[in-house]
Amino acid sequence: MSDDSHGAARSGPGQRSAELGVAVVMALFALLVIYGSIQAGIGWGAEGPKAGFFPFYVGIAILIASAVNFVRARGESSSELFADWGQLRQVLAVVVPTAVYVAVIPWIGLYVASLILIAFFMKRLGNYGWHQIAAIAIGLPLVAFVVFERWFLVPLPKGPIEAWLGF
Amino acid sequence: MEELANLMHGFSVALQPFNIGVMFLGIVLGVLIGVLPGLGGANGVAILLPLTFTMSPTSAIIMLSCIYWGALFGGAITSILFNIPGEPWSVATTFDGHPMAQKGKAGEALTAAFTSSFVGALFAIVMITLIAPLVAAFALKFGPAEQFSVYFLAFCSFVGMSKEPPFKTIAAMFIGFALAAVGLDSITGQLRLTFGTETLLTGFNFLIAVIGLFGIGEILLSIEEGLKFRGGKAGMNPKVVLQTWAELPRYWATSLRSCIIGCWMGISPAGATPASFMSYGIARRASKRGNNFGKGEIEGVVAPETAAHAAGTSALLPMLSLGVPGSPTAAVLLGGLLIWGLQPGPLLFVEQKEFVWGLIASMYISNVVGLIVVLTCVPLFAAILRIPFSIIAPVILVICAIGAYTVHNSTFDIVLMLVFGIIGYVMKKCDYPLAPMVLAIVLGDKAEENFRQSLLASQGSLDIFWSNGLVGSIMALGLIALFWPIFNVLWARMRPARAAT
Amino acid sequence: MMKSITKGVLGAAAVVCAAQLTPAQAWEPTRPVEFIIPAGPGGGADIMARTVQGIVTKHSLMKQPMVVINKAGGAGGEGFLDVKNSRNNPHKIVITLSNLFTTPLATGIPFSWKDLTPVAMLALDEFVLWVNAEKPYKTAKDYIEAAKKANGTYKMGGTGSKQEDQIITEAIQKQSGAKFIYIPQRGGGAVAVQLVGNHVDSTVNNPNEAVAHWRAGKLRPLCVFDAKPMPYKDVIAEGKSWGDIPVCKAQGLDIEYLMLRGIFMTPGANKAQVDYYIGLFQKVRQTDEWKKLMADGAFNQTFMTGPDYVKWVATEEKRHHDLMKDAGFLATK
Repeated sequence: MSDDSHGAARSGPGQRSAELGVAVVMALFALLVIYGSIQAGIGWGAEGPKAGFFPFYVGIAILIASAVNFVRARGESSSELFADWGQLRQVLAVVVPTAVYVAVIPWIGLYVASLILIAFFMKRLGNYGWHQIAAIAIGLPLVAFVVFERWFLVPLPKGPIEAWLGF
Repeated sequence: MEELANLMHGFSVALQPFNIGVMFLGIVLGVLIGVLPGLGGANGVAILLPLTFTMSPTSAIIMLSCIYWGALFGGAITSILFNIPGEPWSVATTFDGHPMAQKGKAGEALTAAFTSSFVGALFAIVMITLIAPLVAAFALKFGPAEQFSVYFLAFCSFVGMSKEPPFKTIAAMFIGFALAAVGLDSITGQLRLTFGTETLLTGFNFLIAVIGLFGIGEILLSIEEGLKFRGGKAGMNPKVVLQTWAELPRYWATSLRSCIIGCWMGISPAGATPASFMSYGIARRASKRGNNFGKGEIEGVVAPETAAHAAGTSALLPMLSLGVPGSPTAAVLLGGLLIWGLQPGPLLFVEQKEFVWGLIASMYISNVVGLIVVLTCVPLFAAILRIPFSIIAPVILVICAIGAYTVHNSTFDIVLMLVFGIIGYVMKKCDYPLAPMVLAIVLGDKAEENFRQSLLASQGSLDIFWSNGLVGSIMALGLIALFWPIFNVLWARMRPARAAT
Repeated sequence: MMKSITKGVLGAAAVVCAAQLTPAQAWEPTRPVEFIIPAGPGGGADIMARTVQGIVTKHSLMKQPMVVINKAGGAGGEGFLDVKNSRNNPHKIVITLSNLFTTPLATGIPFSWKDLTPVAMLALDEFVLWVNAEKPYKTAKDYIEAAKKANGTYKMGGTGSKQEDQIITEAIQKQSGAKFIYIPQRGGGAVAVQLVGNHVDSTVNNPNEAVAHWRAGKLRPLCVFDAKPMPYKDVIAEGKSWGDIPVCKAQGLDIEYLMLRGIFMTPGANKAQVDYYIGLFQKVRQTDEWKKLMADGAFNQTFMTGPDYVKWVATEEKRHHDLMKDAGFLATK
């Protein structure tokens, strides 16, 4: 861990509020599970327990556990940090491009999207030259194409460019 | 002694040059399949099945089973290097395998994993050779109640002692159960927790959850500490194999225990996944260095890998002798047998001696071949970690996306994978354990199914779980495992008292 | 240069067309064909589809590769929805089992056979009533009498819930008055082994799921749920052939149930495309491998296409609806 950055200089969301947030989200999830289970039936029918019987109690268990976790998190000291803003910015620098990547796959296909993602990372984070970027960003999708589509006959999502090329 | 003669004949079949060639090809393809998440062993075998139609059944099954071995070996590679388990039974390998890689000991971890896999498989093959008929009869004893007790034991032995706060463990595990419940309820044939959407119909696949929680989550965690993977200085010295081998005999007890657990799980047939978790859980308790488990303990790699391979191998026995596949891959192999005109079942061992013993002999040889192939590649695999982060990170993201997509051929699953990745990151930061959650996603619906099948049979009476010696003793073992920490505390209190007297 | 190649290709194509004497508007796949299985690996539909794939590959019956994909989620609903949502994609076909009818009825997953384009019925799968060979029952009548006396404690194992096996069990209960506890399992092979291990009292396995255990003397067939005995005369076990198994009707169980193993295409397929696949499957049926699969699994080899097939499917859907309504298996909305 990066212990060299001093506690005083760091700022960011606190560990305590993160824990409280997680507990609340889990409790909401539990409520959703309980609601769905009641829809499916939580009683004991002709075939033994109904479909919602187990998920219902599972939901209750999550609810209780997150309540306990919530109370415990409240008792914690509030000085600890979840992560500082710099770290979070780093994390977002990966999450945001990946989210865009995932979002465009249905439209432009996995191959083209992967090409752009790899090129973006290599330029932004590694600052490589265009030759190296081109080699890897074009090479990997090509290898994936050969391995998956040709060799193992597993079709991957394709977009207009592949359709134009006749695949 | 007839078996021995049969086996010798089998070796002469398996050692034909063509069959040896087929073995190498199978192992290499298998490793590749195991490395790429999404292309599981079952997938790979199914895809390559038609290729084998032109071969003799013996050569064909040798090739397909080699793909299977290769995939078992290969599953460990991504688990150790990138924390991405390619197969359900490699999850437990990540617990100590990946921390070892982070400490720069990727070579040691890979060598330990491959060697343990080999030992586990060898143990299972010897068992198949010697006591196949007995084992088949044992497998028949497992009805729904017995199956449930096995899953119960797997949960208890793994969950009983967790370092994280107990309520966080409970929350994580039960969220796993809830996710496992989504989709079709197999007992009532009714949909549940899908909220009328078509995307939730298929439920949450384990692989997508695990690629996200472990693989993507790990990338996000690494990024926090600067844009690099730890463990980049991994040694490339081939000597690492020999050094690790010198160390391994120390863990013979763990190894033997894991072999037995694995064989049992493979036959019962609960499969390799509960075997690897159970074996890891028990090793952590039995080991003197149990507290270091999860921080890169070599024993924590030996235990799950040995058990998973022993289970994966012994799962072939119920498939051959009963026609019940112990794993999805075995199910596809089973289909292959039928297509070649071989009928799996009790008579296979009588009517198709040449085929059966050829296969068993090929298991011995192909595991040796497999071990050689993967061990020579250890320095190569370890060197992957030296690739700069800005290249390897997007490549891993792309491979993860392909893996998630191929599970159901659905782009929605790629979105789900990213969501699981963020969840994994936040949970890890907040000290929630991911392993019980994954275990619950993998085994939750099967355990529930067997539990309810048992209750149907007993008409609602829980006595069925104590109705015979077998199920009763497994349940008792499970309860002991669950309350082990309490026993431990009591034991510790008694001992000083005794010392005082 | 370019031109001459094009000409050559066109010429070759013309020769091929002339040789096959196909009409001018004949269609052929231009991309790999996806063969969807709405069931898991290792089951009856899976084995049949993979055999077809193997035959097509081995005999080079198609220029493009055939890719088999399992989409078993939601009792097969995943696979059917995928085909339904791939309108006008002629490179996707699906093999069906009874879940074509049972899944939408029991779960409310929104699809019906009418959403798909019917191609051909490949075969029908038989159902046989099996008991453990250690048990004294020699006929279905004996067994049903014993089940009646047991007062609803006999267990019937089957594949899936509210699907074919449970529908047959319901029909048996209705016909005979005997009551069973139905225990759903995941696959047919597992069901047969539960019977060998005496964890259930009887099953209605397909022939190929239980034949190995019959031959090993572990299971005994009592009767077949068909109108007439199966036509296969080769001796299988105990000096008996599939043809020697009496029909259930003669045993006082007037129940006929056969499972469809048929092919459908995506919605919006045109006649040329359907005809291509019919031709393909006719070629598959001529191969020795297919004949062996049929004989090993004691299939009913009815082959149907066009209006006959549509009519058969429509009748079956109606019948499933009625049977499932009686049993209370319809999804509540």
